[in-house]
Amino acid sequence: MLMRWTHWINFPVLGVMIWSGFLIYWANDAYGISIFGFTIIKFFPEWFYNYFHIPQRLAEGMAFHFLFMWFFFLNGLLYIMYTIFSGAWRELLPNKHTFKEAWQVLLHDLHIRKTTPPQKKYNAAQRIAYTAIILMGFGSIITGLAIYKPVQFYWMTWLCGGYHFARILHFALTIGYVLFFIIHLLQVVLAGWNNFRAIVAGFEVIEEKPIPMPEPVITTEKTEHNDGNN
Amino acid sequence: METIKKKVKIPLTVEQKIKRRSFISFGAFLALSGTAVAGWNWLLDAPEENPGITAGAGAPLRRALNKTELFFRNFFSNNHLVKTYPKERAAKTIRVNSLIGIEDDENFDIANWKLIVKCPNQRNLAIDIEEIKALPKTEIIYDFKCVEGWDQIQHWGGVKLSDFLTHYQIENQSLPRYMGLATPNGAYYVGLEKDSVLHPQTLLAYEMNGEPLSIDHGAPLRLIVPVKYGIKNLKRIGIMSFSNSRPKDYWAEQGYDYYSGL
Repeated sequence: MLMRWTHWINFPVLGVMIWSGFLIYWANDAYGISIFGFTIIKFFPEWFYNYFHIPQRLAEGMAFHFLFMWFFFLNGLLYIMYTIFSGAWRELLPNKHTFKEAWQVLLHDLHIRKTTPPQKKYNAAQRIAYTAIILMGFGSIITGLAIYKPVQFYWMTWLCGGYHFARILHFALTIGYVLFFIIHLLQVVLAGWNNFRAIVAGFEVIEEKPIPMPEPVITTEKTEHNDGNN
Repeated sequence: METIKKKVKIPLTVEQKIKRRSFISFGAFLALSGTAVAGWNWLLDAPEENPGITAGAGAPLRRALNKTELFFRNFFSNNHLVKTYPKERAAKTIRVNSLIGIEDDENFDIANWKLIVKCPNQRNLAIDIEEIKALPKTEIIYDFKCVEGWDQIQHWGGVKLSDFLTHYQIENQSLPRYMGLATPNGAYYVGLEKDSVLHPQTLLAYEMNGEPLSIDHGAPLRLIVPVKYGIKNLKRIGIMSFSNSRPKDYWAEQGYDYYSGL
């Protein structure tokens, strides 16, 4: 129950954090990916900024970012506390079989391998992905604090490789969320309605195969006559 | 004749249970989503704060900024120092990002410059640059951080603000909670709380890379306050004043956090 709640709260909160992060990033949009001096990706092209009305909103972006960081932090904390105390972490943390199984899941999902890999509540690939995303959230908070208060939390800034590098990490993690979100959404769509209902309502319908019975027994449920007043 | 008057619940079939639980869950889900959307719209449509010392931010967002400031000020300590670097790491060309209060002041004559200090409960001081240069000199090479997101390792030299205040016996009276600094023409102005003023790395700088300040970097005297973003590092200081309430601050009037502390 709490896991579903925190999951769904996280969705809009992280959305606001990413959006306000764009407003902040615009003011010094220095990052891109280049190989041998050739720019492959520039974060971000002009049309992208204009489409989302990003330019000239640094102050606003910071104000939103420094409000919603509280919700992001508290919600994440609640989720982690719950998974620890409920024992749900046992289904989520990778174990010694996970990495081998995750490879099988990948081959299976890509239709290279026919056999279904072993699975409890979450399969091995999910264990890795859902643990990684929590670590990423943790990373966002640490790198965020490292660039938010680099003097007061100088040891966090040091841990993140300095102010300049911490900002790059903070940005890279955000790109990671977007990629995670795309794959996550795709997987939910492929998993279908029953799975989606489970994420919202918390139960899953398992169709039982009819067990062949030796002789049919007809039972009729008697209901008492009710001519009641209510 | 007696009739049995009893209401008997027909047990729900599995299908009905599924339907019912789905209905309740999705209903709650939609209701909460609706609340979230309504809350978001409230925040977006909230009126701007009343313009005063701070301005330009949505009223709830400004309240959040001020509360967040109070929380993070608990972590402030004069023992927390900004990281310093060896001289070789300092940038040869120091970035100029803004010239408010400098390029818009045609009457400025550096030869006539004096720092006006409006002291609490005593007459004003007018101090010339040679007097300031005669005070003990402190140098710092650190990573200057702009609110826009860029940073640059820079080398500054000058007098510690705390040494300056001690020398002119401003500190020995109980120092008011805030210091205000403004350019001679008053076009650019900042407010700093006492903690940052007395931080051991806060300088009144008159040198960069061992040379006198250039006009674009705020000659003859500028503020270097490593516990703040660049927006608080006022160039060409003209007037220093003290107050117990927040002095006006150029960027806090443009929607930025008043504190802007690092």
